[in-house]
Amino acid sequence: MIGKIRSPWYSNISGRFWKVWRRDLDVYLKTWKVNLVPPFLEPILYLLALGFGLGIFVQEIEGLPYVVFISPALVSIAVLNSSFFECTYGSFVRMTYQKTFDAIVATPLSLEEVIIGEMVWGATKGMLYGGIVLAVVTALGLASFPLLLFIIPFSFLFGLLSSALAMCCTALAPTIDSFNYATFLLITPMFLFSGTFFPLSILPESVQTIVLIVMPLPHAVIVSRQLMVNRIDSSQLLLSFSWIGVATTVLFVLAIVAMNRKIIK
Amino acid sequence: MLFTMTSSQQQPQSSPPLIVVENLTKVYGKLVAVKGTSFRINRGECFGLLGPNGAGKTTTLKMLQCVLPRTLGKIAIDGMNVDEDHRSIKAVMGVAPQENNLDPDFTTFKNLTVYARYFNIPKGESEKRAKRLLGLMGLERKNSVLIDALSGGMKRRLILARALMNNPEILILDEPTTGLDPQTKRLIWERVDILKHRGVTIILATQNMEEASELCDRIIIMNEGKIIAEGNPRQLVHAKLSKWVLRVEPADIVEKFIHKNHLNVESQVEGERIFLFTDQPEELQAQLMNKLKVRETVIREASLEDLFLKLTGRAIQEA
Repeated sequence: MIGKIRSPWYSNISGRFWKVWRRDLDVYLKTWKVNLVPPFLEPILYLLALGFGLGIFVQEIEGLPYVVFISPALVSIAVLNSSFFECTYGSFVRMTYQKTFDAIVATPLSLEEVIIGEMVWGATKGMLYGGIVLAVVTALGLASFPLLLFIIPFSFLFGLLSSALAMCCTALAPTIDSFNYATFLLITPMFLFSGTFFPLSILPESVQTIVLIVMPLPHAVIVSRQLMVNRIDSSQLLLSFSWIGVATTVLFVLAIVAMNRKIIK
Repeated sequence: MLFTMTSSQQQPQSSPPLIVVENLTKVYGKLVAVKGTSFRINRGECFGLLGPNGAGKTTTLKMLQCVLPRTLGKIAIDGMNVDEDHRSIKAVMGVAPQENNLDPDFTTFKNLTVYARYFNIPKGESEKRAKRLLGLMGLERKNSVLIDALSGGMKRRLILARALMNNPEILILDEPTTGLDPQTKRLIWERVDILKHRGVTIILATQNMEEASELCDRIIIMNEGKIIAEGNPRQLVHAKLSKWVLRVEPADIVEKFIHKNHLNVESQVEGERIFLFTDQPEELQAQLMNKLKVRETVIREASLEDLFLKLTGRAIQEA
């Protein structure tokens, strides 16, 4: 292994990452009208088609009407999708085609700060889109105050997890098309089998365990559902919240290290 | 094979060098891009790295910029270390990279003000500077235009304007005029000259020997990761080659003539033409035209291109 003389990644982090966040925000504000519509439209359509459409034929799950059961999942999915998209396609384009990362590291910012800024921006978008779905769901009377307000900061945390996960994918993706793998092999299965549209309890025990150990979305759905229907099971809430906290930290560090390895030759 | 003009032969050294590079090495797997180079750059001079593609110029610049970690060697910039003090170094450096990494989502003006934020330049000040620099680069009418509406030459000018947003003490230019029309080239050279007179230290990487001899006080000629010559452009050529070049066609009869008469003239053959390096071109020309049936003779000044050819056996710019 050829040595590279460089200070360690953790010594290159400061509040300067907000400048990258700010840049991404500025770009977003230029096209927000166009960008705002699609990512939250999808959950709304699911709400209508499955919640209110299919829901007529579905009996209560865990004592909840179907449309109430799926609403927290739709909020979590909105967060996951928007953060993941931003830090895969968005970051890849900025890094590889626009060479924005190169431009920024020529200034007193480090690459670590660029990566963190991108992930925090992804989390912000996740929180924004999750918040929009939450607002719609609340307006339809499908979520209960005041606990639902905690969903907003929680969405930032889960958005950060999704962004970090996405950034790891970006570090591994040889071309932009590779993200198709991540979408179809990771995101779509998670989207369907995380206690989102049917409860996890109907899966065999062993499968349930695997899902809960490996996948982030089930835990986000558990936390969101408890908060939104005001049914707190403290031990389960604490467990899932901790899982998300730990996973976010691990993926965050992994993303920085992996991107460093990819970009700094 | 290192030909060096020591700095004491040109300008009196009144201050220690701004940048000291010792045994700089960069290895990528099996490829050694930079092979233990050492050089110094003085405050306020325009220093050139001249060489073909793959010589290691951009790699060297990126290591000076504190963006690319080195494999071996030392770099000191104004007494600062490129690893620990990278932020302080970058704060006084302006970089105009080879590629156009401008923000396609922002206008010309906003590209500059957003870039200024990374240097903690307050908004009012950054807007003032952006206006001034756009004026300096002749882009004031393209203020509110998205950059994809700019021509290649305008983009390069914008890149240069951006590099100046933080009023840098050290300006790094990587192939600033490659592929540009002569008009834009001239404009950029003029701006670089202005900056020189303001005391900015300029580090310029180029394949264009005209650019190197026009702008640079001192250059290093690089090939395959090594420095093969160092010094003031004109003096290097005069010392190691000659002042003039006489180009003659056809090559074969001239070569024979030179051999037969044991003329002490350095030459380089390129196809049908032979280039003769001499300090008395008119005399040699007269001699050849008298004795031989030569088709075409042209006298020009010997250039860095000729020197590079002599040192490496190849041209700087592949046709």
